[in-house]
Amino acid sequence: MAKSSLVTKPRDILGNSALRPDGAHKVQGSFEFTSDLHAENMLWGATLRSPHPYAKIVSIDTSAALALSGVQCVITADDVPGKPTYGLISSDQPVFAQDFVRYMGEPVAAVAADHPETCRRALALITVVYEVLTPLTDPEDAIAGSFAPIHPDGNVIRHQRIIRGEQSISGPIVVEGEYVIGMQDQAFLGLEAALAIPDPDGLGLHLHVATQWLHEDLTQISACLNLPADKIRLTLGGVGGAFGAREDISLQVHCCLLALKAGRPIKMQYSREESFFGHVHRHPATIFMRHHADSNGKIVKIDARFVFDGGAYTSTSPAVLINGITHTQGPYKCDNATVDGYAVRTNNPPCGAMRGFGVVQACFAHESQMDKIAAAVGKSPVEIRLINAMVTGDPLITGQIMESVAPVARCITETDAIPLPELMGQTVNELSLPGGSGLTASRSNIVRGIGWGVSMKNLMYSEGFDDYATARCTLKDGIASLKFATSEVGQGFVTLAPQIARSVLGVDEVILEPIDTQIGSAGSTSASRQTWMSGGAVDGACRLVRERLFHHVGLMHSIDPIRLVIDGTDVIDQLGTFRVSVADASEGIEISETFEHHHRATEELDENGQGNCHTAFAFVAHRAVVDVDPELGLVKVVQIATAQDVGRVLNPLSAIGQVEGGIAQGLGLAVMEEIVMKDGKVRNPSFTDYLLPTALDAPDVVAVMIEEHEPQAPLGAKGIGEPPCISVTPAIVAAIRNAIGKNIERIPVRPQDICL
Amino acid sequence: MSANEFYSLNVNGETMSVQDSWVGESLLYVLRERLGLPGTKGACEQGECGSCTVLMDGEAVCACLVMAATAVNSEIVTVEGITTDSELTDVQQSFVEEGAVQCGFCTPGLIVAVHHLLGKNPQPSEFEIKEAISGNICRCTGYGRVFAAVEATIRSRNDSK
Repeated sequence: MAKSSLVTKPRDILGNSALRPDGAHKVQGSFEFTSDLHAENMLWGATLRSPHPYAKIVSIDTSAALALSGVQCVITADDVPGKPTYGLISSDQPVFAQDFVRYMGEPVAAVAADHPETCRRALALITVVYEVLTPLTDPEDAIAGSFAPIHPDGNVIRHQRIIRGEQSISGPIVVEGEYVIGMQDQAFLGLEAALAIPDPDGLGLHLHVATQWLHEDLTQISACLNLPADKIRLTLGGVGGAFGAREDISLQVHCCLLALKAGRPIKMQYSREESFFGHVHRHPATIFMRHHADSNGKIVKIDARFVFDGGAYTSTSPAVLINGITHTQGPYKCDNATVDGYAVRTNNPPCGAMRGFGVVQACFAHESQMDKIAAAVGKSPVEIRLINAMVTGDPLITGQIMESVAPVARCITETDAIPLPELMGQTVNELSLPGGSGLTASRSNIVRGIGWGVSMKNLMYSEGFDDYATARCTLKDGIASLKFATSEVGQGFVTLAPQIARSVLGVDEVILEPIDTQIGSAGSTSASRQTWMSGGAVDGACRLVRERLFHHVGLMHSIDPIRLVIDGTDVIDQLGTFRVSVADASEGIEISETFEHHHRATEELDENGQGNCHTAFAFVAHRAVVDVDPELGLVKVVQIATAQDVGRVLNPLSAIGQVEGGIAQGLGLAVMEEIVMKDGKVRNPSFTDYLLPTALDAPDVVAVMIEEHEPQAPLGAKGIGEPPCISVTPAIVAAIRNAIGKNIERIPVRPQDICL
Repeated sequence: MSANEFYSLNVNGETMSVQDSWVGESLLYVLRERLGLPGTKGACEQGECGSCTVLMDGEAVCACLVMAATAVNSEIVTVEGITTDSELTDVQQSFVEEGAVQCGFCTPGLIVAVHHLLGKNPQPSEFEIKEAISGNICRCTGYGRVFAAVEATIRSRNDSK
């Protein structure tokens, strides 16, 4: 007789691959994205945008649009009842342009009408007379002061230096380069969307919106509408990806204004073209770096100059600048540095947050430099990185001590240990060649290259900002309910939060309450912070509930609560035989606790760029293998090997998804993705002309998770969202250089950069 | 706006009437806004991203590129029609279990595309899988888990033979 075995499914606690609670709805098409929302009596809203990068508005005539059948209302800057501007760091961006338009695509007016096509026709009937001005498009003109201010706040958004150690020191090895990073788009698939429903009394409203940070939106919307925050409720609509692009206001205020003016629900959703103008992008940057090293290749000093083009409005440019310059050294020891950094205002599109936030740009420069040092001293890319690798306790160029677990050398050696892909045979599937389905490459022309990238990335917010997170846990009859305002944008916090509750409380059933502003802020879903911050808040709330449950059980059964622990789904007495299920123990009672998680305090930088400005750091190494057709300038990324410092894997399936997804975005920046600008105008605002990696571009990813628990992190886990997309880009470019023997200092690498 | 077109579409085996519509509406718009089938997603309006993939007479097409009024004589299947009753199909189950879903916006289009692929070619090679879904852009996953989901579906179909 066959042995019978009892197969028990592992509980979906921390460390296991719990599945997404929204997965079934998403695969069936029944998950409600914001763009799927409807309300009775709803109208559509649409935005009129400037065709010019810089112009004076002479007049706006909306009468013909208003006269069109089906149009309910038209609004302009004159219809903003409160603060006329908004912004995350500096409130310098107009809700609607009033006197000047400062970038192509700046909102000038908005309409509400009965059909999207009516909206389109109404926008075409609005007459705006512009006096076109010469745009400021070169960031160096902004720095030099050679261009009249294009904004009352001036053309330099922020200037910051870092002066560290001996300023005149050098070494026998000096290598330098000027690195150019193009403007990347987040290109989330779920376009900007919102549904605003005015209250029956017309004194408030409810906004359903796809955003990264409900409470920050609420603060900015409330000021612009001149309504108290308690008159506005925000609920997270289903979000189709974010990657930084939903941290700033886009259509929120417009949608609310139209709803209040029309007295009817308004739905707005951008087209893909409008989305390219409707959100901030990754900063294009020019970075000069000069590394001084000793004859072994050990870094002695770094000189650097960063110029980030912030575009027309501030957004998060000051923070992006600080992230960039404070990561000048990368994950390497460096005692001496002279860094000068600018974030400037131009008439290019506003730039702000995108996954990697300033560190992507810095990393491309420092990793290109590491390979130059390696070549100068005759060492391999791996050797040069290992001899410079930072460890916990090292001082950074800001003077801050690296307190995070810093397994840099381990990231490198474990990546190096991953087997290389097989060499390409003489007969291969043509789809696997550079150029893919274009079938343009010939096997005999293909050359292979290998390149490296290693990075350091700060986690959470910096410079004194207390980006706390709030969560509430309620236990009743063995079921836990969790409430938080944490934006779920696809990253999987809705999977993780119940895992935390199950682990802490010994429950299996966890209900997630609506994600809205009816609880304290969770901060933004950005900066790789929600697992640490909102995870810490959920963990804290669950622990408070558990303490009260133990107290209750202790009273009921005359046991000192300190002896009680959770064992699976039971409460047990560690020192006796008492055991009761959490379901029974919590029957008939309701325990609810709210917890705010704050990370340790950080400081602003002083005038020399010194200060404990960052909260924590994570590290990763990438090795890229590419095949290149040098004659056609085409690249196929064959394999990415990576070992990432994650602290602790809380959900293996989610973790690998973040790693593979980030790598694809970094690949995009390396070889295909760029918003092409000419004279302040965007030339490729569509998915036909802005190229994104497809399934045929995806490399094989071989990933190792390095688990050294981070003592500062509430769950021992570091954020894992950003590191995958940071050093993969320089690794791919290094592999291209390695294949063709040509120095390339610009990303994305275009065919002409390879073959001409 | 003149919105006075009346016609019927055959969607997921049902005849659905479209009333008072504007003739310029795409199949994507009509499915989502008039027929109560928002599972089909729009993300590029140019046939580049595949989020709006539906089956039209058995072929995978981008609903954003089809004028709804020209589809009157076609059999249309959307993601809502892929699922029979409330059970997940094996493809859908694999997508959930293999981690192929993150934000999920591209997912309905991918589900339709993968059903279409495996219906025509039950044993696709690695490159046939990649080529078949190369018209469906996913910005979150980097495709690794999507490949895993397709392979898991093929394995489970082979095992149950």
